[in-house]
Amino acid sequence: MNRILKYILLDILKNKFVIAYTIMLAVIGWSSFTLEDNSAKGILTLLNLILLTVPLVSILFAAIYIYNSAEFIELLISHPIKRKDIWLSLFGGLAGSMVLAFILGAGIPLLIYSDFSQSVLMLAIGIIITVIFVALAMLCTIIYKDKAKGIGLTIILWIYFALLFDGILLFLMFQFSDYPIEKPMVALTALSPIDLSRILMLLQLDSAALLGYTGAIFNEFFGNTKGMIISFMLLLGWIVLPLIISLKKFNRKDL
Amino acid sequence: MKYVFILLLFLLSGITGHTTKLHVGSDKKYKQIKQAIAVAKNGDSIIVFKGLYKEGNILINKSVTLIGINLPVIDGDKRFEVLSVKANNVTISGFRIQHSGYATLDDPGGIKVYESMNVKIINNDVYDNFFGIYIQFSKKCVIKNNRIISFGKEEQTIGNGIHCWKSDSLQIIGNSISGCRDGIYFEFVNNSTVWNNKAFNNIRYGLHFMNSNNDAYYANNFSKNGAGVAVMFSKKITMRNNHFADNWGDAAYGILFKEISDCILTGNTFDKNTAAVFMDGSNRTLVENNQFTNNGWGLKIQANCMDNIIQKNNFIKNTFDVSTNGTLLLNQFKNNYWDKYTGYDLNKDKIGDVPYRPLSLYAVIVESNPTSMLLYRSFIVSLLDQSEKKIPSLTPENFIDESPLMKALKL
Amino acid sequence: MIDIKDISKSFGKLSVLRGIDLNLNRGQCVALIGPNGCGKTTLIKIILSMVMADKGEVIINGQLITKGIAYKKMIGYMPQIGRYPQNMTIGQIIEMVQSIRNTSENLDLSLFHSFGMDGLLDKKMGTLSGGTMQKVSAVLAFMFNPPILILDEPTAGLDPISAEILKEKIIAERNNGKLIIITSHLLSELDNMVSEIIFMQEGKVAFHQSVDKLKSSTGSMNISEAILSILKSKVNE
Repeated sequence: MNRILKYILLDILKNKFVIAYTIMLAVIGWSSFTLEDNSAKGILTLLNLILLTVPLVSILFAAIYIYNSAEFIELLISHPIKRKDIWLSLFGGLAGSMVLAFILGAGIPLLIYSDFSQSVLMLAIGIIITVIFVALAMLCTIIYKDKAKGIGLTIILWIYFALLFDGILLFLMFQFSDYPIEKPMVALTALSPIDLSRILMLLQLDSAALLGYTGAIFNEFFGNTKGMIISFMLLLGWIVLPLIISLKKFNRKDL
Repeated sequence: MKYVFILLLFLLSGITGHTTKLHVGSDKKYKQIKQAIAVAKNGDSIIVFKGLYKEGNILINKSVTLIGINLPVIDGDKRFEVLSVKANNVTISGFRIQHSGYATLDDPGGIKVYESMNVKIINNDVYDNFFGIYIQFSKKCVIKNNRIISFGKEEQTIGNGIHCWKSDSLQIIGNSISGCRDGIYFEFVNNSTVWNNKAFNNIRYGLHFMNSNNDAYYANNFSKNGAGVAVMFSKKITMRNNHFADNWGDAAYGILFKEISDCILTGNTFDKNTAAVFMDGSNRTLVENNQFTNNGWGLKIQANCMDNIIQKNNFIKNTFDVSTNGTLLLNQFKNNYWDKYTGYDLNKDKIGDVPYRPLSLYAVIVESNPTSMLLYRSFIVSLLDQSEKKIPSLTPENFIDESPLMKALKL
Repeated sequence: MIDIKDISKSFGKLSVLRGIDLNLNRGQCVALIGPNGCGKTTLIKIILSMVMADKGEVIINGQLITKGIAYKKMIGYMPQIGRYPQNMTIGQIIEMVQSIRNTSENLDLSLFHSFGMDGLLDKKMGTLSGGTMQKVSAVLAFMFNPPILILDEPTAGLDPISAEILKEKIIAERNNGKLIIITSHLLSELDNMVSEIIFMQEGKVAFHQSVDKLKSSTGSMNISEAILSILKSKVNE
């Protein structure tokens, strides 16, 4: 697999868009810590970045790259290399370069300016979110051969996770406000990697409100080590599942 | 001859004067404190030397001064009220008073003062009692520099650190109180001062006022209590320069106001409390020059609060600066600094040109549906908040700071 | 060398290949021709496992192509449109394909030299013209001395001189006993090069004949004439 991974990774890292993304992350990262008067605000700016911009850029860029590589993929298939290796190399190259961009751009100011355990968790979540959305992009490109449709799907997915899902949750909360809904709600958040990441991160930031107000369930679940591990497992599931589905489909796909 | 006269005077004063010193100790004239009290007259001093005194309940019914040397221990054996004061002008200082009995009916304490005046309780270790120091129907007592430590596990099985009931003109100064139900408890106590105490890790409140008026507390430190201070059914309480920190957890507050009026809350700092100030049925209270940082909620003002003035406070890094459960606001906000304010100041008068609405729509939503806290800091919530800021529809129209400060006050 | 047995493929309702049977052997240079949409590209893709056949099987050198990827070592493929990752250099592409093929011996770099590409190794693919990219594709197809060459419109987009160089190379490799499959629209340029013609129509092999037979049976001088006359006779039937 790494016979071609290296070349794909190098290609993407030299991509102008990825370089611009890195610079953008760095500018926002540094300025949010140096311009704001407290580092908590900087952390929050970065949190928004991770929950909105990073998924959008990751899913769009990965999808476009895969579509543009259609002929290249064909060429690779004509050589003695397994489809699985091609697909995983593409995934590795995309995920690796986007993660590297994230670490170089946002990670450095984060580690310098913010509390260590906070920034490590944030970095981990940013990395996982990046990889999840690359995996989702690969699923999108395999579902639609048509580029316009596929890109459309990625954008719809992003809107869904960033906005609609929470809207639905809010709606459900008000619809069922007379019932004990805390537990089902915790379970529902597993359906959105963005929500899951946000809550994990929040418990490290300003958990006061969460802790004291909504009852013990959220904190009990997300706050303890077991809940953390389960949450991270779920996040990893969001990487593995789309990737495996897309891989299975790619193995039998007509190019 | 002259010298003889002076000597005579000296001797006379020794016999008839009020400065007789009675020594208590294993190698002293009196082996028990009770024996000394029995022979003491008003105005005498009883000097108690190091040792363990288990004498059941000790009743002090004369105006004597009890002084402990090298921290003698008076032990109630977990059965008795340790010291009962039923006389005016009693001073107790330098003891370790421990292991009072436990009874919910007559509330035994380490030191209990009954209907007395000018009692001074100074510099004692009050250790592992049901109630620490209990004052009832008394006046002008001073409780100073005591260390009160208990090990309560739940509200029902432990008394208060300093419990004051139907008293007047008390001074409670420089004590440190932990592990009790309430650190300091006032019920029907008026004209009293609480100054420079530390109340921490108490199960319920650090300081608790019930039906008490015209009291003041200054420069105290309340941390890690269920709630820092609860002021209930009281009037004209002055609260100044206190520090409230880490009162954290489910239903934890820095200060809890319930049915109070005409109070003053100034110069206090609130850091890392779930809700810094919770106002329920509180009227005509001035909230000024306070520092609210890192709290879940800065101010929670219930709809039944009226005519409070909230001005010149700093609100920094709170999750929610303010919150309310009503649709109408009858309180006034002005000249506060809000770190979330994004307005501008063209005329450079250090006051923002755009009014600030400190109440976010989301705070209102959470108030009516706590589960929605789960969506905190999600994109949809900030969208809702932003649109609400532009076109207020659900938050009270008059919930507004017309003159927000551009820079934080130096407090 | 290549045995194609009863291959069928449809994309949704559209039936592209309907029972193709072919047998191709070394030393042949086969032209795969036919109108647009006749299925020749799909057939090539099936041979390369880019497209999975619905029915039938392809056996290359006795090996069923669905059984593994090793057979691709025997094939050099030159796509019609070669598009490569923008920021890879020619050198990197060659290096990468080498590492996939896992050989550094017996490299045939004659095309690389005769195209005059020695100075272009560090050029990024994104900066290359379509013609140069075709040259890269050609170089890659021939580089590993594969016994089978599949060339999809090989001369389209090449300048006349380069096209001539490529043609000579194809003839040379045919004479070396390799099996070469070419698809092309330009029938005229197939003369001298190909030894067999496969004409496909509507997903079927319309005819499969050697060029010599074709010419003699139709009395034509070149391939395009021969095919035209066959098509006319078919219409008349």
